[in-house]
Amino acid sequence: MPRRNTTLLDKRSLDRTLRRMADEVLELNGGTDHLIIVGIQRRGVQLAERLAAIIKGTEGVDVPRGALDITLYRDDLQTVGPRPVVGPTHLPWELDGKCVVIVDDVLYTGRTVRAALDELADFGRPARIALAVLVDRGGRELPIHADIVGRRSDVPKPQRVDVLLEEVDGRDAVVITAEDDA
Amino acid sequence: MNAPPSVAPLGKDLLGLASLSGDQIRLILDTAEPFKEISERAIKKVPTLRGMTVVNLFFEPSTRTRISFEFAEKRLSADTVNVASSGSSVSKGETLVDTARNLEAMRIDMVVVRHEASGAARFLAERIESNVINAGDGTHEHPTQGLLDILTLRDRLGDLRGRRICICGDVLHSRVARSNIFGLKTLGADVAVCGPRSLLPNAIDELGVTVFQRIEAAIEWADALNVLRLQLERMNAGFIPSLREYNRVFGVTSRRLAAAPRDVLILHPGPMNRGVEIDSDVADGEHSVILNQVTNGVAIRMAVLYLLAGGRPELAGAARRGGEA
Amino acid sequence: MTVAAGVTYGPEPTPGDLLLTGGRIIDPSRGLDLVGDVLIRDGVIAHAGSAISAPDGARVRDVRGLVVAPGLIDVHVHLREPGREDVETIESGARAAAAGGFTAVCAMPNTKPVTDNQAAVGFIIRQAQRAAAARVYPIGAISVGQNGEALAEMGEMVAAGAVAVSDDGRPVMSSHLMRTALEYARTFDIPVVDHCEDMALAHGGSMNEGKVSAMLGLRGIPDEAEEIMVIRDILLARRTGGHVHLCHMSTRGSVELIRWGKERGVRVTAEVCPHHFTLTDERVGHFDTNAKMNPPLRTQEDVDALIAAVKDGTIDLICTDHAPHHYDEKERAFAEAPNGIVGLETSLGVTITALVATGVIDLATMIERMSCAPARIWGLPGGTLAAGHPGDVTVFDPTAVWTVDPARFRSKGRNTPWGGVSLTGAPRLTIVGGGIVFDAAA
Repeated sequence: MPRRNTTLLDKRSLDRTLRRMADEVLELNGGTDHLIIVGIQRRGVQLAERLAAIIKGTEGVDVPRGALDITLYRDDLQTVGPRPVVGPTHLPWELDGKCVVIVDDVLYTGRTVRAALDELADFGRPARIALAVLVDRGGRELPIHADIVGRRSDVPKPQRVDVLLEEVDGRDAVVITAEDDA
Repeated sequence: MNAPPSVAPLGKDLLGLASLSGDQIRLILDTAEPFKEISERAIKKVPTLRGMTVVNLFFEPSTRTRISFEFAEKRLSADTVNVASSGSSVSKGETLVDTARNLEAMRIDMVVVRHEASGAARFLAERIESNVINAGDGTHEHPTQGLLDILTLRDRLGDLRGRRICICGDVLHSRVARSNIFGLKTLGADVAVCGPRSLLPNAIDELGVTVFQRIEAAIEWADALNVLRLQLERMNAGFIPSLREYNRVFGVTSRRLAAAPRDVLILHPGPMNRGVEIDSDVADGEHSVILNQVTNGVAIRMAVLYLLAGGRPELAGAARRGGEA
Repeated sequence: MTVAAGVTYGPEPTPGDLLLTGGRIIDPSRGLDLVGDVLIRDGVIAHAGSAISAPDGARVRDVRGLVVAPGLIDVHVHLREPGREDVETIESGARAAAAGGFTAVCAMPNTKPVTDNQAAVGFIIRQAQRAAAARVYPIGAISVGQNGEALAEMGEMVAAGAVAVSDDGRPVMSSHLMRTALEYARTFDIPVVDHCEDMALAHGGSMNEGKVSAMLGLRGIPDEAEEIMVIRDILLARRTGGHVHLCHMSTRGSVELIRWGKERGVRVTAEVCPHHFTLTDERVGHFDTNAKMNPPLRTQEDVDALIAAVKDGTIDLICTDHAPHHYDEKERAFAEAPNGIVGLETSLGVTITALVATGVIDLATMIERMSCAPARIWGLPGGTLAAGHPGDVTVFDPTAVWTVDPARFRSKGRNTPWGGVSLTGAPRLTIVGGGIVFDAAA
């Protein structure tokens, strides 16, 4: 049982953060041309959808979206064991010469992003790859940084950052759980 | 992470479907789904098993199963070594266990084994630390074939509960038949067999399957037929009078299928004897999913390799306690 | 008595007196069941009954709380010598027999070379004398080389000491040969011992044909492979007047056929092994080669019928079919592994555990099946504690509980399905010709 929960973002602040992130994506890319937004399974995919919806609202453009499951590119299969079910990877777009923005919920050790970069490389050679994360909790183990960060908050190791999304979890919130009860 | 926590890990080996639960079978099938997509990519390769060594130890000649495993291994970036019975010490009377221990001494991680003796895969699995995948042991089981058949059926029929699957032909000598029977029954399908009684195990009824004496009755009943290869040597061994008569009495022909009250899916584990157990126009017909089976075979084998490769619970537990969630 | 005159099987008689005091003497040959003393003088039973005072200079053993029985006899063992001394020798086999409470065993002739001539018979007898443990009675082959074609020199072998003929290990497939053997053996009054298996029907099977074989994908051996030969042998014994002894019966149908034959006065006798009246084909489990034997382990119905037949005497005697194999030979895929298990050192314990401790039969019936009947039916010495008979005595504790540890077997074979199993009933003292050849306390 988790003991102490702190809410990092509630629904309203989450909405605000996402709107700002969408703006930053456009700023970074200089518009929507050649832009592809790719979410990392699972909640990165929903966040990518939301960013795309915001951009559609402001720019009136349907930005192509993709989904990436990096399970098969992890470097810890031998130690943590296989994820029971591997999610789908869906990248129906030609990536060569495109600007790909990878979207994930939490940036922590950087290993997931490393795997995502490896996987993207197997699909093509984008002109540029950027990283957008909702929460950067620190604790990097690899030289990886995010281009766009929704909220920066150093969370020490035993604690957990859970991003809850309406589509998956029934409500929007980002919660820090004080104890890893796994 | 996503699957119900109640699914027991597969363990060290995949030896047969008889010992797997429905959840375990569904786990393998579900895991195979995303692997289908990898084979559609331009670069058909993921780094998942990089650094692992897999030995394909084939004491019996096999082309398609070995190739299918090899594709699966290579698409997962494993290093593979093929050891076939001809030209190796395998054919010089070295025992199964000596061969395996020698291989293991070279630090391998997995063995895919095909052997003419029932129980050979389990025998090996009990004596070496590497993961063992049964690629067919005698007339016992051929679990990855059973799984790819089931995946192909599920692709077309959805949930297999209550679906009627008839396995046709030489059930007595078929490891494919056994794996299908065990797996399909575990998933709740209605399973039947049809063939000459001389090619059905005497105690077949005790396995909980329906027996059809005539192929016409089986076709009338079934949603799908899995047509087994008739080994040509069965005729010489006196189990049937002739291939010609077999085709006339038990062959799956378009004329017989035309009488079916519904579309009947046609599976065949291959290689086919066209004109014996199955006619060409059926094998190549619109309800044939024989090539889907081949495609699914690679995905199933990737899933099994993947699930077994990480299936070291003691390591996993240790990592979970210290590592990232 | 068919044993050859002047031949010593096993150790020479031990001179002097051996007195066993205070044991429960059970001798079904004389309907004896009382607490008392047994005296063996110069290798021969001198007294078995009420307590007596020890003669001067007698060796005295206090056996209170133990059963004193005529020596157990196992008419069906494979001692592998000559030919496979790495697997078992006559000496190791005779010591294993003694440790299992047996004072005598009959050695099957499927050695390399086959025991099909008088010289080979003489060799076994000499080796058994050297071993000086349990007695070993040679069984000669029915056919030369056990090839199922020409009759072996039965008369010569009997004169040299053979007590029966058998092609065991191989069935006698030719009905004509079987008929001839039954006729010819009448002159020597020895049993013709047959391994009943229609090999064409068995078709290379490696376990019982049934649900388990269907699931494991192992070729099954149907009951009828045995039963067809059982009825053939019974019919030929009826035709010829010969004595047919049927090896290791395994099916319910065989029991019914034997009953049929006996009711008609046919000279048919039959044996059963402890594994066949205790284990079923489920024991094959996941291809356990220690559950592979021929005939195969059958079903519970067969087990029940065999137990009933031991109880009512349709099956005359219990034997082991002791079949040692080298460790490596059983370390194979099931169908490729050899048949058989060792049995000499577990037979008494398994039988007491399965049949006596459960109340199916009493100790007297067990001793009848394991000592008196083998001696009487095969014309062997022993099987009784009557004065004047050989001083072959088995002393055992019918309630001792022990755990089978194959590493401690005297047999070179370790292939047993009972490793780690707890058994009730253990041999304490095995006496052959007045000499102690096994002493659990030693």
